[in-house]
Parts: sequence; structure tokens; C-alpha cells
Amino acid sequence: MSHILIAEQVLNGLQFGVMLFLMAAGLTLIFGVMGLINLAHGSLYMIGAFFAAVVAGWTGSFLLALIAAMAAAAAAGALVELVVIRRLYDKDHLDQVLATFALILIFSEGTRWVFGSFPLFLDIPDALSGPVTLPGGIQYPLYRLVLIGTGLGVALGLGLLITRTRIGIQIRAGENDREMIAALGVDISRLYTLVFALGAALAGLAGALVGAIQSVQVGMGEPVLILAFVVIVIGGIGSIRGALVGAILVGLTDTLGGVFLPELFKLFMEPSAATSVGSSLASMAIYILMAVVLIWRPTGLFGARA
Amino acid sequence: MRREAALNAAILVALIAVPAWAHLSDEPFTITLATRAVILALAAVGLNIALGIGGMVSFGHAVYFGIGGYAMGILASHAQSYTPMELFGLSIEGTKSMLVIWLVAVVLSALAALVIGLLSLRTSGVYFIMITLAFGQMFFFFSISWAAYGGEDGLSIYVRNGFPGLNTLVPIQYFGLCLAILLVVLWFNARLARSPFGLALNAARQSPARAETVGLNPMRLRLVAFVISGAITGLAGALFADLNRFVSPTMFSWQLSGEITVLIIIGGVGRLMGPVAGAVVFVALEHLLGGLTEFWHIYLGAALLLVVLFARGGLVGLIAGRPGGGGGGHG
Repeated sequence: MSHILIAEQVLNGLQFGVMLFLMAAGLTLIFGVMGLINLAHGSLYMIGAFFAAVVAGWTGSFLLALIAAMAAAAAAGALVELVVIRRLYDKDHLDQVLATFALILIFSEGTRWVFGSFPLFLDIPDALSGPVTLPGGIQYPLYRLVLIGTGLGVALGLGLLITRTRIGIQIRAGENDREMIAALGVDISRLYTLVFALGAALAGLAGALVGAIQSVQVGMGEPVLILAFVVIVIGGIGSIRGALVGAILVGLTDTLGGVFLPELFKLFMEPSAATSVGSSLASMAIYILMAVVLIWRPTGLFGARA
Repeated sequence: MRREAALNAAILVALIAVPAWAHLSDEPFTITLATRAVILALAAVGLNIALGIGGMVSFGHAVYFGIGGYAMGILASHAQSYTPMELFGLSIEGTKSMLVIWLVAVVLSALAALVIGLLSLRTSGVYFIMITLAFGQMFFFFSISWAAYGGEDGLSIYVRNGFPGLNTLVPIQYFGLCLAILLVVLWFNARLARSPFGLALNAARQSPARAETVGLNPMRLRLVAFVISGAITGLAGALFADLNRFVSPTMFSWQLSGEITVLIIIGGVGRLMGPVAGAVVFVALEHLLGGLTEFWHIYLGAALLLVVLFARGGLVGLIAGRPGGGGGGHG
């Protein structure tokens, strides 16, 4: 086990983590501001990936594909908010879960209807393909480094948006007391639509970026959605900082667990048994992490005290 | 209440009449569909105790359904291959007896519900939904990577397990067995809702602070309800696996947890027969729309959305009006 392998796996975990952050940031904002559990967030991720694949196919431009993915996901998000989601704000969580579960069914089958069951492919642009050599002699794919950079950039931008701008002040005020800011003259329903579209655009961006290293297909959003929920629950629902910490924690746990747990068990078990025990434990690792965090702090690492 | 009673009777009559008709006109597939509805209803009746009476939104009830399924699959596969199971130095024979399998399924899923409940009930609201979901995913991924029992491919059983005095491979006989279990559990559920325990649980859902003030322990009430709920869903899992003679990790999937919840919502939360009505409608829709179009989930989604947005109380609530007694509404 060389230091190069370890460094590579840490980078992989980081890359996975920041992509989860893009999903989790939207979810946690939507929950924090509107108090809404949105299971359909994974569908917005899928919509982003499909639009990116189609636009990249037409124009050959990856940048246009990303813009299309964000625009399409934001538009779909705004539409869903206007038609369905705003009827759910004052309902209980069970209704929100079920209504957005219904939206998943509609979006997934609708996409299958239009595009069929076969995956689409989105290629990494030539300028970003191929490996680069990092200090220490580590060969690492440039595209994945770009993903890490983009994710951290978005995190920074989002942090600035929330803490430094007028809209950020309104969002934070909305988390604390929605009646009050409505009484102060902020158009609360416009703010809600905006926050929802912002979260959707981030999900769409994540879908397009990840779509280039995996295949673009129906159902791609749900595994990521569940991981994003794990992330925001670990971080504390409503906290952007919690989402970033949780995302990186989950990304690293999942990636490093998959590689190192089987190795760890090989130290005191026979290899074949170690591999099977290690890999089954690794696949459960993030859920165990989440359960431990929740049992230790029932509202997550950065969550408000209940 | 009288309209609800009439509706409940109508649902039961339909549940008996349709398979009886199918048996006479020799349409075994319809009987299989009805059996599927009865078993899904049983799973949902289990969840409804936690969700409807206890107010615990568990989004991980597939755990117990899957445990029941795997209890059947593992025991029967050992009996099928005549190899005992080695467990911590003990050698356990497999079995093809339904009674033993049910007992194991109920005990194991109750144990799992006890552990998961103890840990999860420390949280509430969204965190509770999410932690139950996380436990579901834990079991799902564990079953996928458990190569000894089929891993991702699942386990097939060649012959349905036996029940004394019945030939369970005859569709109508297996249907009758499942229906009998459902009726017993429904009777138990009705008794439970009206028992001091059920009333206390109801109170703990509606106002935990008041329940505590009068000396009840909401946490313990919820935990007991959660365990009963998990055990019933586990039994349904064993029956479901026997119906298909197949278990796979999909029995642990979060979509399945979602579907069991959907059955209750379509039928009516906290209503005695809500889960049964929901399961019958679900299976009928699945069959009828599934035959018309490959994309029937779109219509299911639309129907679910309409029920959540406009028809609180589900089908039973729509037909029978507001609830009069215990077990109605939810918080």
C-alpha cells in the first residue's frame, strides 16, 4: 500500500464529496428556508444530466451543455415549485415525502418515455481529458481535479451569497422567521421559488458534471439523492457549512472504506473472507456513520439544538 | 362510522369473492394477484400501527419485510440443499415448514425493530424519517454484498414451503392461508387500537407532553408499537417470499418502503382497513395500467399526488367521511 494509492483515493473521495455537496447544498437550503423535504431533488439531477448530454450532442460544446443543464434544472425546479411544491409548505413531512415521491415516479417514467431505457453518453471535453502529474509523482485525471475545484468554488460562492448579499440575508431571515420577513415586505413566495430554482440549478450542474464520468440514465438521481440526505442529516439540516463537512466526510468514508476495509480485515482474517466482510461493511459504512452521528447528536453536527 | 363499517365489509367481501370467482372460472393468475394484494396489505397494516396510531413516519419498513423474506429464503435454501447452517459453532438445520419460518421471521424482525427503534426514536421529525431510511439502506447494501445467500441475484426456492394439512402450491389454498393471517392481524389491530395501550399510544402521538404529564412514557409506548409493527411487516415479508418463491435485495430497497407507505396513504392513514383498500387498489392499478402502458408509474405518481394534495384520509376517508373514533387522523 503506497502513499500514491492513498493520495489517489483521498482525491477520489474528495471529488465524490464535493459533487455530493452540490446536491446537498440545494436540499439543505430548501429544507432550511421552506421546511420542505424534497425527494424529487434527484430528478432535477437527472434532468441536468440529460439536457447536458443532448445539448453536448447537438453543439459539441461542454460549456454550453453545462449552462443548458443548469438552466433546464432551474426551470424544471421553478415549475415544480409553482405547480406542486408550494401547496406542501404547510403540510406535514409525511405528505411532503409522498408528494415528492410521486414526482420522482412522474419524472423518471416521463424521462424513460422520451429517451428510452438506454443510457446516453456525455464525453469529457478534450481540453480536460487525460491525466496530470501532481507533486509527489501522482498521476491523476485532470477532469476530476476540475470537479473538485468547481465544487469548492461553488461552495465558496454559495457561502458568500448567503453571508454577504441582500438575497442571502433574506434567505437567512426566511430560515428564522418567515412571517416576520413577509411582514417586512419581502415577497416570500418569490423568494421560495428563487431558492428552489437555485437548489435545482446546483443539482442540475452536479448531474451534468458527474454524467461525464458515469452514464446518463433514468434512475441515476436516486442513489445520489439518498447519499445527499445522509450528508445533510450528518451535517445538520439547514446548514450549508454542515452540508460541506458532511459531504466530504461521506465522500471520504465511502471511497476510503471501499479500498481500505478489506485490506484492514486481511490483517487478521483469510483473504477471501476478509474481502467479503470488508466490502460488505464498506458498503454500509456511510449509513453506520450517519446512525452514529445521529445517536451522538440527534440534530446533526451543525444542526440547531432541538 | 357506520359508513366506514359498511365499506370495510364491502372490501372484505370483494377480497373473498374475487378469488372465489377466479377459482371457479379457473384463472389462477387472478388468485395470485389477490394473494399479492393480501400480503402487501399485511405489510401495510404492520406499518400503519407505527405510522397511523403511533405517528412514527418510518421510511425504512422494507428492513422488516426483507428480514422476513430472507428468513424464509435462508432456512428453505438450507433445507433444499440438505446442508445445515453453521452459525457461531452451532449447526442449524434448514426447514421447509412455514410455521417455523414464520416464527423465525417474526422474532428476527421484532429484534431488528427493537434495536432500530431504540436508536431511531432518540430523534424525531425529519431526522427520524432519515435515520430509518439509513437503516433500510444499510440492510439493502448488506444483502447485496452477502454472496453466501445470492448477493445481488437473490435466492430461489424450488417448492413452496409446507403448512400442515394444506397443499400450499394450489393458489387458492395459499391465498386462503394468507387471508386468514391478514384477518387475524386485522382483528388484533382493531383490539390493539381500542386497548389501553392503543389509547395511550394515540394520546402520545397527539400530545406527547400531556401524555407524559399523566404518567405515560411516550418513548416506551412508541418503542413497543414500533416492534409490533416491524414484526407484522416481517411476517408479511416471509409470506411474500413464499408467494414468489424468491427473495432478493429489492425486498430491502427504499422504493419498497415508499410503496408500503403509499398503500397506506392511498387507502387512508390510521384507518383499520385503509392499508387493505390501498393494497387492493394498488395491485389492481399495477395490473390494469401495467397491461395498458409500460409507463404506468406516471399514472401512479399522478394519482398519489392528487390524493396527497386533495384527498386527505385516502379512499376510506373519501368514501366514509371523517373518522369518528380512535385511530383517525395523524400528526
